[in-house]
Amino acid sequence: MISDTQLKQLVEAAIFAAEEPVTLDQLLGGVLSQFSLNKPRVRQVLDQLQEDYRERGVQLVEVASGFRFQTRADLGPALVHMWPERTPKYSAALLETLALIAWQQPTTRGEIEAIRGVSVSTQIMRTLQERGWVKVVGHKEVPGRPALFATTKEFLDYFSLQSVADLPALVEPTEPDTRERDTNEV
Amino acid sequence: MSSDFALQQEQQSLPLGFVRGEPVFERPDDLYIPPEALELMLEAFSGPMDLLLYLIRRQKMDILDLPILPITKQYMEYVELMRELKLELAADYLVMAAMLAEIKSRLLLPKPPSAEEEEADPRAELIRRLQAYEVVREGAHQLDQQPQQERDFFPAHADTNAHELAVQEPPPVSVAELSLALARVMQLVKAQRHHQVKREALSTRERMSQILERLSEAPQVDFVQLFNVTEGKAGVVVSFLAILELNKEGLIRIVQAEAYSVLYVSRQAEAVEQGI
Repeated sequence: MISDTQLKQLVEAAIFAAEEPVTLDQLLGGVLSQFSLNKPRVRQVLDQLQEDYRERGVQLVEVASGFRFQTRADLGPALVHMWPERTPKYSAALLETLALIAWQQPTTRGEIEAIRGVSVSTQIMRTLQERGWVKVVGHKEVPGRPALFATTKEFLDYFSLQSVADLPALVEPTEPDTRERDTNEV
Repeated sequence: MSSDFALQQEQQSLPLGFVRGEPVFERPDDLYIPPEALELMLEAFSGPMDLLLYLIRRQKMDILDLPILPITKQYMEYVELMRELKLELAADYLVMAAMLAEIKSRLLLPKPPSAEEEEADPRAELIRRLQAYEVVREGAHQLDQQPQQERDFFPAHADTNAHELAVQEPPPVSVAELSLALARVMQLVKAQRHHQVKREALSTRERMSQILERLSEAPQVDFVQLFNVTEGKAGVVVSFLAILELNKEGLIRIVQAEAYSVLYVSRQAEAVEQGI
């Protein structure tokens, strides 16, 4: 048996100590495996922890890969001074390309160009792949077999998203004909 | 906060800070823009679709009633200006100019009476693309508004000494595993067999000492490394017997990270010290 206080402490410590975000299932199958606990109970503990941290400089958030502690978003402008050399700034072209892939995925370079009206810069695609936000998930069965790009969990984590649906603009359904064709191939 | 201020400035210099058709800040209504300003403005457009959308929005028009004639005129004036300024004009802008000109001429041409009903609005394709592009632009805007790692937040970690307490108990090695490992060594010997010139008298106990000595140099040795295949079958058998004997006497330990993986041999004392 584990008391509520101990359980809360253990969950908090496990998420803090983990290198990567931790999912509820990982908690249940890992640090909590010896105490027969059910999902709702752990979920409740996570909710309480989130509430406890609401007003703090560090917060417990759920992203695509699970739960993690991170600093408050509104402290960012001050905190970046701790690392003056790395304040990434992404161009409108890069963000548009990323949003487009998130929206139309899996999608090809040609499809990206058709919508944006400009040729896709190799540099942008390389940056997106180096950052691990976009990856090739297959090839479209048309002449030339162009690569099909999709967004990754790392992308969602980086932008504090749980899914692409968290961006309201991109929730609109795509045209059904192209969508169906694309998903069949992957 | 200076970076906060910089961010605001950055947002203001973007010419298309619109929310659902409402401009976030005012723009001059007339087309004349000082050349230096134009250069800056054009830098900010991410492409011809962006420029086109800006022109439509400036007229407070809906994309759906794409006013092709005035838009084409204005677009061409921008393109002309860019040329006068000798800006390296991306081909994409010219492709769009050609497309606008084509739509314009198709709208101006009188339609043959028979084909009147079948012919689709030549603007339809451009409207569809503009709508799709608008979604993307809004999506990119929302993405930029999201809390962003390294800009707005940093993952927080706490250190733990828990891994020091984690004891990894290797699974016990079965006899079958041991014979498999021996078989692998024997295979190596096969290749060397013809080099054997004469039979040497080999002592198992001596071999035991040699192995222990070997193990005092390195804390852990690959099982296969303990054999000298040039000694031939007999030598291997002696080494194997020596290992079994050492193991029986509790002087060494044979471990394996998982089934069918490499076997490692270590001195028992070492194993105790390391807490394996």
